[in-house]
Amino acid sequence: MGSDDGFIEIVDVTKAFGPADRRVFALGGVTATIRRGEFFTLLGPSGCGKTTLLRLIAGFELPTSGEIRLDGQEIGHLPPFRRPVNTVFQNYALFPHMTVAENIGFGLEMLDKPRAEIASTVARMLALVKMSDLAGRRTDQLSGGQQQRVALARALAPQPKVLLLDEPLSALDLKLRKEMQVELKRIQHETGITFIFVTHDQEEALTMSDRIAVMEKGHILQIGSPTEIYNAPAARFVADFIGDINFIEGEVVSCGDGRAEVRLPSGPLLSAHAGQPVSGRVTLAIRPEKIGLRAAGDGTAQLSGRITNLVYFGSGTNVHVDAGIGADIVARTTTPGVAIGDRVGLDLPFADLSVLAE
Amino acid sequence: MSTPDTHAQADAALRAAIRQREREAFRNRWLLLAPGVGLIACVGLLPLALTMIYSFLEPGTYGGVTWTFSTGAYEQFLFERDLFDETLLTFNPSYVIIFARSIFLALVATVGTLLVGYPTAYFIATRPRESRNLWLFLITLPFWTNLLIRTYAMLLIIRDEGLINAVLMGVGVVEQPVGILYTDFAVFLGLIYSFLPFMVLPVYASLEKLDFRLVEAAYDLYATRWRVLRRVIIPATRPGIVAGCILVFIPGLGAYITPELLGGGKKLMIGNMIALQFGTARNWPFGSAAALILMAMVVLMLVFLMRRGGRQVGHG
Amino acid sequence: MAERKGRPFNLKSQPGFTQIAWACVVFLYAPILVLIAFSFNENRSVVRWTEFSFDWYVSAFQNDGIRNAAIVSLKVATSATLIATTFATMAALATTRTAPFRGQGLAFGIINQPLMVPEIVTAVVTLSFFALVKQVTGLTGIGYLILAHTVFCIPFAYMPIRARLEDMNLTLEQAAADLYATPFRVFRRVTLPLMAPGILAGAMLAFVVSLDDVIITLMISGPGETTLPIYIFGQIRRGITPEINAVSTVLLGVSVLLVSSFFLIGRKKA
Repeated sequence: MGSDDGFIEIVDVTKAFGPADRRVFALGGVTATIRRGEFFTLLGPSGCGKTTLLRLIAGFELPTSGEIRLDGQEIGHLPPFRRPVNTVFQNYALFPHMTVAENIGFGLEMLDKPRAEIASTVARMLALVKMSDLAGRRTDQLSGGQQQRVALARALAPQPKVLLLDEPLSALDLKLRKEMQVELKRIQHETGITFIFVTHDQEEALTMSDRIAVMEKGHILQIGSPTEIYNAPAARFVADFIGDINFIEGEVVSCGDGRAEVRLPSGPLLSAHAGQPVSGRVTLAIRPEKIGLRAAGDGTAQLSGRITNLVYFGSGTNVHVDAGIGADIVARTTTPGVAIGDRVGLDLPFADLSVLAE
Repeated sequence: MSTPDTHAQADAALRAAIRQREREAFRNRWLLLAPGVGLIACVGLLPLALTMIYSFLEPGTYGGVTWTFSTGAYEQFLFERDLFDETLLTFNPSYVIIFARSIFLALVATVGTLLVGYPTAYFIATRPRESRNLWLFLITLPFWTNLLIRTYAMLLIIRDEGLINAVLMGVGVVEQPVGILYTDFAVFLGLIYSFLPFMVLPVYASLEKLDFRLVEAAYDLYATRWRVLRRVIIPATRPGIVAGCILVFIPGLGAYITPELLGGGKKLMIGNMIALQFGTARNWPFGSAAALILMAMVVLMLVFLMRRGGRQVGHG
Repeated sequence: MAERKGRPFNLKSQPGFTQIAWACVVFLYAPILVLIAFSFNENRSVVRWTEFSFDWYVSAFQNDGIRNAAIVSLKVATSATLIATTFATMAALATTRTAPFRGQGLAFGIINQPLMVPEIVTAVVTLSFFALVKQVTGLTGIGYLILAHTVFCIPFAYMPIRARLEDMNLTLEQAAADLYATPFRVFRRVTLPLMAPGILAGAMLAFVVSLDDVIITLMISGPGETTLPIYIFGQIRRGITPEINAVSTVLLGVSVLLVSSFFLIGRKKA
């Protein structure tokens, strides 16, 4: 068994903590399938259960119920030292009483590999993470970025089927983090190992992942490629968590053929694309950069209003417009040419305006 | 892929693994605890229970006990049996006096260590980090050295022929040596000397946690030095003060070496009185009863202070 | 404008506290320093200083009573330290880095019991108990003394080991397990080497505490089981000799040495 499509299968996994009478579910029935060789990211705010899920895959905790299969084999009940899965820890967890090389060779040593093989693999790993000249150092003499590389090399050395990364970049400063993001992608590409990456940083998730699972309160809300997640968020939480977005409340007038006509309380009618039939009160979502801005003169714009604020952020300007729908609508432009108080029209293209499931 | 059959298998394996992990954690934990906890329970706790039994028996002629029930040990605290008529009991305050003196001496020593120890701890807590460790080391070191030898050193100094009297007479303040040794004051001095580190350390620990921005705020709001100390610093370090007082009072109450050497064995404290019953007095039941009463006093005080401490935390 | 001269206002200082602190240190050390000084006094009297000499150390070393007592002290302290440190290490492993478990408070209370009971109570209570055991089993020997010392050494050894384990990052052991180390290998390769300084510190404290004990030993030691402090205690009650100053100085030196190295070990961070 174990096709490329279902390399890791997580089936209805729950995890509860605490005594029987005061149980708290950290995971409430999670199902996901991860493909061989992909860079898969678990994204969500702290406490959403992403790290718990990672620890269940690593074996540090056992699930309360459910199945975890790796390459067709059930592994959910195995102790961590019997799983062909290695972890890069958030704080690196390098052994302080061992050198860099001893750290990297530890896993192979525990697998009782011959010395010569350990030595050559360690050398290869040191080269992979560009740390060859620091092999004899003690780990407390390394910088944060160097520790990060050693942790990565240590987890890769036993050639695991899956590499788990628990917010590995969160302790690094911004510049180093960007560097390591590129580095991680390169290493994943070179080794071909499946990566499961945990982060709360949406930008990091979007730049690095092949696919992302967005989690909230112990559930997966949406799994998809970065573009799918960004352009077609399936839930309000997903839309809100990733990037900036405008929410517009309204009432469905008609719906069919993937198109919904929605009447705003203030009168205007908007067309939005809907993945499934909807009715009643709904929320529409649109990214600021998808909104077209035009002079108020012609009355053809779908919404119009007065500019209340202009916020410049380097590569563009956010234009806040009071269009009479409650909250301001934010449109993004690189050529503002407008001032606070001006009347403007707003275009909300059908393809970029989506109806959210609550 | 996920047939009902494999599903059931996976479920069973998971359940077995969870059970095994729990069982192993339980077994390992208690196997690890067993030797230490077992030994202390057998040689530390069990004898306490035995002592309780002993306190209700009659003394043996050459020490030990004879196995007849008697409340004589407890009666002996307050009453004396008439030499001729065994049923006649007369009030005898001597043991009550020993207890009272012990409590008094321990209390005075506690107050003394607090008055000296608090400023010292405060001084240490306001040193720069490097010299702070050195000061702490200086205060802690005597605590780890032999109590007997330290008491002996104190004895050497306060003897009639000791350093203090030599200096006093040399300067001409006194003509005859001042008799310090074998007085209550000597015992008091010895207790402070023995237990001062017990006061300094917990007070220091709570002072170290004190946020000195509070002190700045108090000065900013027109408080004087004394008022800052009284209204801000001392209340904030109350847990340390309470802990220090417990740590001084309890061993002070049960002190043995200090009154033995510095009190000359004449100014008895509870500790010496108990030891005496197991030695030359050969009255084990009475000694057991006295030990239990001392123990009960300590426990009651601890419970009282913990309750009060708990309430204060609740208020805060 | 007349600026008031003098030191700037120091928020943290309180009047008189500095002087009290210095007085405190003088008070703690003066008697000990006098004792040490007079152990090097050539004169038989322990009052007047005449000349520097090592005579009392030589005579103390040649004194059979002192030599035997030193041997008993070392025997008891070493045995008690080894057993107590082993048990304390095991207990610390069981009580740290785990979720709260049923009976934890009780176990913790029992381990710390020797610290809560006044020493004189422990002494007489142990005496009664051992007397009964001796009567029932007929067994005698130094084992009783070692057992009693082990009991009050356990909490002292337990404290630094526990502190060390609590400072230790649990993820290190998880990392080892993740890298295919079985539980036994995790312990041998990661846990044990990392907690070693704590164990050493615990052993040192246990040794010092055992070496210095007077009251409990005084009550339960049988004939031929006189430890050094008991010997000193007996001598002081009989009268003061410079020989005692010499022995006391040596004993102080051992404690100071061990405790100083304990502090140095404590400074080295994991």
